[in-house]
Amino acid sequence: MLIRTFVPRFFIKIKGVNTLVKDKSVLEMRNIHKSFPGVRALQGVDFTLCEGEIHALMGENGAGKSTLIKVLTGVYGKDEGQIFLKGTDNEVSIHSPQDAQRLGISTVYQEITLCPNLSVAENMYIGRTEGIGQNWKKMNRDADKILQSLDIPAKSTQQLASCSIAVQQMVAIARAVDMDCKVLILDEPTSSLDEQEVAKLFKLMRELKAKGVGIIFVTHFLDQVYEVCDKITVLRDGQLVGEYEIKELPRVQLVSKMLGKDLDDMSDIRSESATYDKEDASTLVFEANELVSDAGIKPFDFYIKKGEVNGFTGLLGSGRSECVRAIFGADRVLGGTVKKNGKTVKITKPLDAMKNGIAYLPEDRKVDGIVGDLSVRENIILALQVLKGFFKPFSKAETYKFAEEYIKLLGIKTASADTPIKSLSGGNQQKAILARWLLMNPEYLILDEPTRGIDVGTKVDIQKLVLKLASEGMSVTFISSETDEMLRTCSRLIVMRDRKVVGELSGDDLSQNKIMSTIAGGGRE
Amino acid sequence: MSANESSAKSGLGDRFKNMTDTNLLLTITIVVFFVMYIGAIVFQGKGFLKPQTFFNILNANAALIITSCGMSLVMITGGIDISVGGVVALVSMCCAVYLDYHGGNIFVAVLIALAIGLAFGIVQGFLVAYLDIQPFIVTLAGMFFARGMTTIVNTAPFNVQNEAFVALKETRVIVPGLGSVNKNGVYVNAYIEIGVIVALLTVIIMFCILRWTKQGRSFYAVGGNNQSALMLGINVKRTKFLSHLICGLLAGVGGFVYFLHVGSGSPSHASGMEMNAIASSIIGGTLLTGGVGNIAGTLFGVLSLSTIQNIVSSAGLDKAWWTGITIAAMLCLFLVIQSIVMSRKKKSR
Amino acid sequence: MQTNTQKPGIGKVGTKIFRQQIFIPIAALLLLAIFNLIRDPSFYKITFGYNNLGDPVLSGSLINILDYGSELAILAIGMTLVTAASGGQDISVGAAMAISGSVVLRVLCGTNTRPETLQAPIIVAFLVSCVVAMLFGAFNGVLVAYFKIQPMVATLILFTAGRSIAAWINNNELPIISDPSFGYWGGFIPGIPIPTPFFIAVACMIIIALVLRFTNLGLYTQAVGINESSSKLNGLNPAFIKFLSFVILGLCVAVTGFIKVSRFSTINYSVIAKDIEMDAILAVALGGNPLGGGKFNISASIIGAYVIQFLTTTLYALKVPSDALPAYKAVVVIILVVLSTPIVREWLNNLWKKMKSKQIKEVA
Repeated sequence: MLIRTFVPRFFIKIKGVNTLVKDKSVLEMRNIHKSFPGVRALQGVDFTLCEGEIHALMGENGAGKSTLIKVLTGVYGKDEGQIFLKGTDNEVSIHSPQDAQRLGISTVYQEITLCPNLSVAENMYIGRTEGIGQNWKKMNRDADKILQSLDIPAKSTQQLASCSIAVQQMVAIARAVDMDCKVLILDEPTSSLDEQEVAKLFKLMRELKAKGVGIIFVTHFLDQVYEVCDKITVLRDGQLVGEYEIKELPRVQLVSKMLGKDLDDMSDIRSESATYDKEDASTLVFEANELVSDAGIKPFDFYIKKGEVNGFTGLLGSGRSECVRAIFGADRVLGGTVKKNGKTVKITKPLDAMKNGIAYLPEDRKVDGIVGDLSVRENIILALQVLKGFFKPFSKAETYKFAEEYIKLLGIKTASADTPIKSLSGGNQQKAILARWLLMNPEYLILDEPTRGIDVGTKVDIQKLVLKLASEGMSVTFISSETDEMLRTCSRLIVMRDRKVVGELSGDDLSQNKIMSTIAGGGRE
Repeated sequence: MSANESSAKSGLGDRFKNMTDTNLLLTITIVVFFVMYIGAIVFQGKGFLKPQTFFNILNANAALIITSCGMSLVMITGGIDISVGGVVALVSMCCAVYLDYHGGNIFVAVLIALAIGLAFGIVQGFLVAYLDIQPFIVTLAGMFFARGMTTIVNTAPFNVQNEAFVALKETRVIVPGLGSVNKNGVYVNAYIEIGVIVALLTVIIMFCILRWTKQGRSFYAVGGNNQSALMLGINVKRTKFLSHLICGLLAGVGGFVYFLHVGSGSPSHASGMEMNAIASSIIGGTLLTGGVGNIAGTLFGVLSLSTIQNIVSSAGLDKAWWTGITIAAMLCLFLVIQSIVMSRKKKSR
Repeated sequence: MQTNTQKPGIGKVGTKIFRQQIFIPIAALLLLAIFNLIRDPSFYKITFGYNNLGDPVLSGSLINILDYGSELAILAIGMTLVTAASGGQDISVGAAMAISGSVVLRVLCGTNTRPETLQAPIIVAFLVSCVVAMLFGAFNGVLVAYFKIQPMVATLILFTAGRSIAAWINNNELPIISDPSFGYWGGFIPGIPIPTPFFIAVACMIIIALVLRFTNLGLYTQAVGINESSSKLNGLNPAFIKFLSFVILGLCVAVTGFIKVSRFSTINYSVIAKDIEMDAILAVALGGNPLGGGKFNISASIIGAYVIQFLTTTLYALKVPSDALPAYKAVVVIILVVLSTPIVREWLNNLWKKMKSKQIKEVA
């Protein structure tokens, strides 16, 4: 592994070669370094992409995948290192996305980066065609042709905002495909697509591969990697772990390389979950009937018992988060009744839920969780303070006491309680937000993707914590995109598809296969 | 987009959803203008039926049309420029001083006007685009700077007597066939001023730029979502810079046209013009949040605004404060309508 | 009032002081003070005398700064809150002051424009103007908080219409109050040689300090300003907090409007409090508060307000005509804002580091 990492650099130093090392490669990145204040995001990463190859870039969140891609596409400048492209003799410098486009590198990002106010055709062509004038007729004709050939259900003249998210993603791919590129980067493009759309995308990727385009494919779905990719490069903590042929690397090994530890570490959680006391869990803590919000979910029923851990599962966009948001009153509730400890209560806004002892850790930490410029201390006490009331602020000493207690309890790594929370790492931010809700001492805790985008160690910590809290009598709803996490922690799973509850699994039914088949719908009704 | 335009004609209803935001707001504006003008004819008498009444609205508002075009452009790109009124005042004062005290040449005066506008556009554009400062703060400072400079150039208002200038000011372009017979039975030709021609040219040019050039579409893209625009390969900084530059330039042109209309320089000239320009753009269907707007709408915005002012003044509410209050009320109304229409539309998706 | 939460021990003492938010206005104050000391030391002369009512008064440039700066300081309190909560500024404060001033006169004069005696107690007039100003604040607040219009554009409406409304309240007549007790509030209370506005400002500062100490206004406002969506999920009502900040600013406007009309015992609708919005925004910016909202420090804004008045007085001492003042101030604003942009800051930091490393090398 070490040798792999060092060979190219060594090679350059000895021979002073300034062009592509291999004949077949279209792109080589050598010894890329990139730091942000407080974080060394990339430390000497090498990456090689060959012609006609689909190359998976794997790693946990925070491993440096997105940074590497953003360096390649000119969104970030690199601190050190070289990039070579086929067809150019010397090192290329990429300072902006335009540079990258001009050099034949096109990208489809995870979050949609199109302009919602423009038409579909404009989104496909803007910023990449020559000349001053805008020929609408020709553009619309060309766009329709491509849309048709890719089977995308959109009209060229439609305003992009009127398309569904999946179609918007397809338009972004259509744009990238049409750009006659040498390197195509797909950064988690499948997260908002359904199975058929994914299949369509894969067909397209294979066609491009046959044409000699090099494709960098970033995804979290291992199945997809093994379905289409030829090679895998694994990053961890900003460093290169290695580059492998897909055949040489079984899944288990890939996972352990991504995580940097053996799988055995994870299994001890499971044994703990067995200690959870089912006798005690008889009373209903929370119950909802025909609950529906304005976020577009179908009315659903729900309950949770004391000391129970249950979860919502389903694909991204299936309505998991919307359900718990409705429970918490975060979206506008349109109908349904809610009971807390058997009594009917009214929850129309988050404060109502908090008053009833419900806490909610939101899915998107940056947007909905942290209050970036405020200190860790202020972030931790915020919810309890709001609950206590506008005219009753905690004294400074009290807030320090609370903050320090939880910093210690959860092992939050921060310079002090007064450090702005935005300067903490993702995992520690998440712990601080968790501390915020635990401080409230809720009866019922909702965790929406608490493990997303944080390091493995913290993930395990959080899962252990959930089980510990449950054993102490707290009811927890746990949502995660990673099914094995759900299986490890939850004793009952509510399965969702197309914004509707389609099933409930517990006991022996809790298995990967059963979940998959329930999500898939067992023969499409 | 042509499909959407035809859908507008075939009735709103179900097609409402599929309309682009720009066309939807444009339609509202045009409907509002015609309703208002017809209302004026019905309630305020036949004066509004005479073509010359309409032309007088144009004559009085040529400068506003020009500056509003610039304003719309900046707003489409997601910014705002409140220095335009100040720039117009500064331009007319500088031109007045140059023409009168220095007995200057009219072409040089035009150049001065353009140079001042351009200078404001470049400096403000640079600060907004390349140093990433909020456009409102930059142009607020620009407004105060321009107003302050105007009094530094000359404190007292005065009329310009320069012969060439007066000749140009008095030039009237006859519009054939639309004249009317006055009380004495003499046929009077309908006319417009030079400024109106400049204004209409500006509208046409700006419309074409925004509709049929790549750069024009970039303005929309940046206003829609500047992060995405960057990823799509648009030079966001240059686009923002250009929007302010063109707005500044148009403020310069508007300043000269204003000067040509009033024929004097004064520190109190064009007071509140930035407000009128913003109001016209908003009434014309330009969204404050950027990305949506149409120059044709802006033209109708100016016309709606001045029609309502005419109605107010001919209704006998001649006191000065009514103008300010009506514009503010109308702006308020349209802001609220926009806010409601857009949120409704978002929900119906 | 609000302690700065900068973490100690980041770097050397020098950088620590430099990073303190309050450093900027104080440095500007010192700079201006030194400039005036060099230019003309008589700037600092304070004379004791008697005004035409026979009351003892202090006069001089410094007293002027204390007097007029106090108005600005009161406005800066409200403007800081609005800036922090909404991420924008209220540009209608000048116009709103004209309205509240007009209301005070209207209540005091009744139907007669030149009454011999006051038609209503001063306190009633003041309270009525408070209610009116808070209503206009609420109008701005509704547009910003509930209709989600950018603050500066929403307040542009009142900015244009405000002075017309003020004129309309008094039928465009110019009422004059002859009762001397009305003049105390903007001038001097008999026997006390220090201008009354200063005491009013101190009272406002104490009130806001108490409010920040005994309520969660500070925490809530900052949370909403930094991350609206997150605050909402923590049980806050962001729209209401924004609305509240505009109402508080309305109250500040009423107080300053009252001082303004008391100063002259009359009103000039188009001139009263002209361009004061610029000064108030400048005070907030000079106080080092981010104009995009979020964290705030009211004491820094208040010092900023006095610095602005210091600047104005200095410019007057330099014989700059009052109409041309905005041009100079605009330049100051731009310089300030440019210096506070991240891009320029980074560049300056690098420059500073380079100079330092050079020094170290030279020493070595």
